[in-house]
Amino acid sequence: MSCEESEKKEMNIFEKILARASKKKNVTQGEIVEAEVDKAMINDITGPLAAEAFEKMGGRQLWDKERVIAINDHYVPASTIQSAEVHKAMRNFAQKYGVTNFYDVGRGGICHQVMVEKSHVLPGELVVGADSHTTTYGAVGAFSTGIGSTEMGAVFLTGKLWFKVPEATNIIVHRKLDFMVTPKDVILYIIGQLGADGATYMGVKFSGEAIDDMSIDGRMTLCNMAVEMGAKAGIVEPDNKTIQYLKSRSDKSFNVVNDDNNSVYARTIDYYASEIVPLVARPYTVDNVKPVSDLEGTAIDQAFIGACTNGRMEDLRLAERIMRGRKIKEGVRAIVVPASQEVYLTALKEGLLESFVKSEVTIANPNCGPCFGGHLGILTEGESCISTSNRNFVGRMGSPKSKVYLASPATVAASAIMGRITDPRHLEA
Amino acid sequence: MIIEGKAMKYGNDVNTDVMLPGKYLALTNPEELGKHAMEGIDSNFLQKVKELNIIVAGRNFGCGSSREHAPIALKYGGVRCVVANSFARIFYRNAINIGLPVFECVGISERIEEGDQLIIDLTAGVVQNLTRNERYSSMPMPEFILDLVNEGLVNYMLKRRKKN
Repeated sequence: MSCEESEKKEMNIFEKILARASKKKNVTQGEIVEAEVDKAMINDITGPLAAEAFEKMGGRQLWDKERVIAINDHYVPASTIQSAEVHKAMRNFAQKYGVTNFYDVGRGGICHQVMVEKSHVLPGELVVGADSHTTTYGAVGAFSTGIGSTEMGAVFLTGKLWFKVPEATNIIVHRKLDFMVTPKDVILYIIGQLGADGATYMGVKFSGEAIDDMSIDGRMTLCNMAVEMGAKAGIVEPDNKTIQYLKSRSDKSFNVVNDDNNSVYARTIDYYASEIVPLVARPYTVDNVKPVSDLEGTAIDQAFIGACTNGRMEDLRLAERIMRGRKIKEGVRAIVVPASQEVYLTALKEGLLESFVKSEVTIANPNCGPCFGGHLGILTEGESCISTSNRNFVGRMGSPKSKVYLASPATVAASAIMGRITDPRHLEA
Repeated sequence: MIIEGKAMKYGNDVNTDVMLPGKYLALTNPEELGKHAMEGIDSNFLQKVKELNIIVAGRNFGCGSSREHAPIALKYGGVRCVVANSFARIFYRNAINIGLPVFECVGISERIEEGDQLIIDLTAGVVQNLTRNERYSSMPMPEFILDLVNEGLVNYMLKRRKKN
């Protein structure tokens, strides 16, 4: 090997981002690097613990207050005295340390949506968030991953964190998706194939025609759930769509990072869009995936459309199109939660919310409540919910004796109308 | 670092939601969190853990939410160590950072029965099963990770800063 070759290694997108962040020419899979993070995000669940850890570590000022984003989103608005306490702790933290990127009740929405739509995440950045679904930002070409609160305290102090350069997997979805098959069905399909620990510790890149065709909204759904198969990060290489999305939202400059031409992926997995149909993840694991048609007729008590997985405009438009002019089945309640204040306002202006209300849907404000069993739409013993969220664990939405079925906004909307799990292809006029 | 105790068994994919259900996420006091450990799947946990204080689980222990409340609840609920075939990555890092010892060893869950008496040597990377007279080896933990488990990340950072 010549010196020149050893100096310049062909790297994949994960390696390139970690190399830049750790100020190294090259990094290799398995290597442990200390990297400087570009952004650090906390929410009202994880933030107060991170703030406490930071102060206990002797922290007096943040490593860079411009790079910290704090978002109240789980209990919005405060639902108990305890949650009011955590909100207060977040406000105090933001004020004390000069965090200007603080989104309080009514100002932002679900943290992952806010991070992307407010351009806090840019291509090629290394972002950590004290929330497992931080993987979402791979949709705009960032390396983003979830960490715990105590580690976040250390990041607040130093701006640095150690990372193991992940083994990279390239998941290719060839050709075009069929009618009523959505990004949610694609990620459920992949998780069903690989299992709940099928990508543990890995960097997962999504590529292929079906992914190229997806909007940023859809790619966020995909990357959001990469963590449900254990991935450290999910990513879609930035393309013109990504650049246009970002340029339409801010003047911030950025450098797009892509794979080098001859970069190496430890694994490449090929799927064909024609294999993918509307799917449901049955209780109680996300990899318990079946075609909707296998479950058709299963009774439901509640239908939930929202969460960081599927609360964006594309999701609401699709659900509304299916529900428009129809009422949800008697005995069933449906809840729609826009992912952010911006999505809420857009949905309002487009008339979607009016249409949902006419279908007898309950509209709640942007927040994480129903998905994590925090508030707004808790299930009691024996109840079932079909949901666009990302987890169906025991007790996830309330009683340990309730059930959550995960599906696309189309399937959830169709099921709400029929009062039982329904293939959206069978309902669409 | 040596830990002794008896095994309490769980299966695969035990997630952090069942370790500490969402309704308790606004709690921050570790002792309070400990009172709800494993409440999502095991209502007898707090009774059992008095005797069976080492969790032995299958694959992907700690998958799901990044909530640090989960390992905190286990630690303050009385768990001395978690041994599993594999861990989900955020839980694994969180456990180390808050000082809950974790030991990863492929296939170990199939060798240990509930109630088995175990001695875990994290420094050597060895679990001794006194009940079955067996030994299971894995990778020893690097020294800085052992320091982290011992002290917790907060104290580790505090010390390092004082030194500098």
